[in-house]
Amino acid sequence: MTLVHCLLLAAALFSLGVYGLLTRKQAVALLLSIELMVNAANLVLVAFAKFAGAPTQPIVLFTLAITVAEVAVGLALVMLLYRRYDDTLLDAASEMKG
Amino acid sequence: MIGDALAWILGAAVVISGVFVVASRDLVHAVLWLALALLCTAGLYAYLDAPFLAGVQVLTYVGGVATLMVFGVMVTRRHAAAAAEAGNDSNVVGAVVALGVFAVLAIAILKTDLPTSTAPTPDTAELGRTLLDDYLLAFEAVSLLLLAAVVGAVVIARRRDVEARTQDDATLLPTMRTGAD
Repeated sequence: MTLVHCLLLAAALFSLGVYGLLTRKQAVALLLSIELMVNAANLVLVAFAKFAGAPTQPIVLFTLAITVAEVAVGLALVMLLYRRYDDTLLDAASEMKG
Repeated sequence: MIGDALAWILGAAVVISGVFVVASRDLVHAVLWLALALLCTAGLYAYLDAPFLAGVQVLTYVGGVATLMVFGVMVTRRHAAAAAEAGNDSNVVGAVVALGVFAVLAIAILKTDLPTSTAPTPDTAELGRTLLDDYLLAFEAVSLLLLAAVVGAVVIARRRDVEARTQDDATLLPTMRTGAD
């Protein structure tokens, strides 16, 4: 596996995340798609550290921590959605739609 | 050579389980597929000379995935809602946009002159020293961010209880006043 292959793999993962983000209606499923996209970004960083000697490995640790924070807040929002609409389909929360 | 073959298998597994993450309708299944994708990515990290990151990936995501699973179970009590998700025309739009994103990224990757270097990747001890030396400020900022996220999550998730209590106080107050009268 070379750098190009790793980058293409990450691009495929990222696109899958984009697809999930655009098509799913479950709030938790959106979180899963975001995890996929972050994972792709991390893969790029690790691949550059290996094949191009870039000092990017510490950044991956920061990304992981930030993802954990994002999931914590995201799940709290899902809880709120569930309590308020008794459901987590995002269509339920469309009161602002004109 | 064996490591190379293993890396290809892991890469294929990552993409396939990623497809199932976005395609499976059952949230619990999707979470399990995500766990597989993240585990295979950890394997790729190990192949790419980042054993510490592989370990951290496994450790953090075991807890994260367990939490997500609980939410998936809790939230999909209604199977009618899950069925309603299938078969909307945003699937086509989503597929077109995702393919477009992939095409742009792939063209950019293939046209770029990628740098090559045989500089050794840092081992775990060196990584730790870098974290507490060059990245010390960012390291502390991240700990602050985590604290803020935890507090924020608690505040968001508890908001309704607090509102209910203040409402109780508001309704209690007039009766107390009439009682005083």
